[in-house]
Amino acid sequence: MDTISIRAPSMPSGGTKTQRRVKTRLPAAVALLPTALIVLVVYIGCMLWTVRLSFTSSTLLPKLDWVGLAQYSRLFANDRFLTSASNIVIFGALFISGCLVIGFLLAVFIDQNIRGEGLFRTVFLYPYSMSFVVTGVAWQWFLNPGLGLQKLVRDMGFESFTFDWLVNQRMAIYTIVVAGLWHGAGLTMAILLAGLRGVDKDLWKAAKVDGIPTWRVYTSVVLPLLRPMVVTAVVLLTTGVVKLYDLVVAMTLGGPGIATEVPAKFVMDHLFERNNIGLGTAAATIMLITVVSILAPWVYIRYVRPQGRHA
Amino acid sequence: MSAAVPQGRRPRHLTIGRIGVYAFLVTAALFFMLPLWIMVVTSLKPMEEIRLGNILALPAAMTFEAWTKAWSSACTGLECNGISVGFWNSVRILIPSVILSIIAGAINGYALSFWRVKGANVMFGVLLLGAFIPYQVFLYPLVRIFSLTGIYNSLTCIVLVHVIFGLPTMTLLFRNYYAGLPIELFKAARIDGGGFWSIFFRVILPMSTPILVVATILQVTGIWNDFIFGLTFAGRENLPMTVQLNNIVNSTQGERAYNVDMAATMLAALVPLVVYFVSGRWFVRGIAAGAVKG
Repeated sequence: MDTISIRAPSMPSGGTKTQRRVKTRLPAAVALLPTALIVLVVYIGCMLWTVRLSFTSSTLLPKLDWVGLAQYSRLFANDRFLTSASNIVIFGALFISGCLVIGFLLAVFIDQNIRGEGLFRTVFLYPYSMSFVVTGVAWQWFLNPGLGLQKLVRDMGFESFTFDWLVNQRMAIYTIVVAGLWHGAGLTMAILLAGLRGVDKDLWKAAKVDGIPTWRVYTSVVLPLLRPMVVTAVVLLTTGVVKLYDLVVAMTLGGPGIATEVPAKFVMDHLFERNNIGLGTAAATIMLITVVSILAPWVYIRYVRPQGRHA
Repeated sequence: MSAAVPQGRRPRHLTIGRIGVYAFLVTAALFFMLPLWIMVVTSLKPMEEIRLGNILALPAAMTFEAWTKAWSSACTGLECNGISVGFWNSVRILIPSVILSIIAGAINGYALSFWRVKGANVMFGVLLLGAFIPYQVFLYPLVRIFSLTGIYNSLTCIVLVHVIFGLPTMTLLFRNYYAGLPIELFKAARIDGGGFWSIFFRVILPMSTPILVVATILQVTGIWNDFIFGLTFAGRENLPMTVQLNNIVNSTQGERAYNVDMAATMLAALVPLVVYFVSGRWFVRGIAAGAVKG
């Protein structure tokens, strides 16, 4: 954007050069105005408002008093919030690493000149097109101990087989991870596969000449080359982790007990059901701080620093 | 996705390794197909058969009763008009939201990549950061603003919300696409005396078909699959299909009709699945291009 200068040779020759420039750019500025307003009011305004509310004692209705960090100290003494926070860490770590490992394996295996490549790709990616509600409902049905997987295996003759993770306080969060992996692994595969296809053919020839085993080439040469794709995938998956809400609502509704509560759900419940705006906005602010501290460096490097046009 | 030529090792004839490759892929494919298979067979079984267990088996007495019931008479809370209500609500939300958010993205992208407007880059930077911030940070104040203006819980409200939160991805998508177009094209149009809008409609828009397709795929699946905005902003009258599905499945009193649940689930998944199967590689291209948002 910084290389375009607008000369406007057809403009009438009145006014100084600067005035003319401002005039020709006016429609562009007007076109950007609605978005600028939205950025100001929604993206900045609403965010600051939420942060401000987290320092108040608001319950059902917003108040503008000042209680300092009282809501935050209540928040960090709240079992439901602490469970939510530890759940999102467990989910995030397993979901991201799981998607990367499964996605990479699928991409590498698909890249072996196999038959029916298109079919395999379609099968691995289709879950990503479906909503989290659909995903959650489907897995809830499959994993319910009464009629689902557990019953199936028992009927096959393994009478003592137990798979009750969905209703087990300690294990329920891992069923959410499984559903999440099913939903997101194909996407990681698609991104990494695009990267694999971009690897120089000569690299494979060179490796063959040197007699390096294929798996070595993948782990020591190809994987480092795929770093940009891995970063893209991680960013996409991370935003998915932070937004984790629908899947939990559809699959376990946070239960059994509070075993699968997550921060996004904590905020939603406190804002819209439990009438505790102060606590809800405090939790939202903690989410905000966490995300910004994780993602700000990446956004800066990727988008802000290389300003302007680059084809 | 342009270079689609496989570049792995050259294929050899069936060796242990090749068999292993196929074994892995087929196993993985079975895992990925499993939930869909279960959804379909369950939706086609009568309840007596479902109670016997054997979740994987094909229906012995196949029936489409559950589908009819899910579509027209399943209960979403107190009302029992099926998921068709949610389907039509989703359609009414989808069409204006997709059109408006794409128009907004195209104009923003064009203005950002060809016209130097003061502060535009800063605005774009903030917008992109906004894409990463959890929605929970904006929701409560937005609800207040919409209540004050009197449009809370309406179709206008939910469409507006989709346009607002679609802005980062859509703007990025079009900006990147337009930044790849030759600048000489724009300069020539300027010399010919074209203004902001005439260049947009006569030169830029006719060249935008690929990115318009990508944007449409992205927005149709994204908006159709939305749950949190529909729940928060649409109001009782306009609840989208995802919310209705959750109500059908998770708020049933008494014995759950799993076949109806699964039929409703399949119905809710149908639109994005069709988009996915029809669009094929464009789908991946869309996600990769809009990789700023999940």
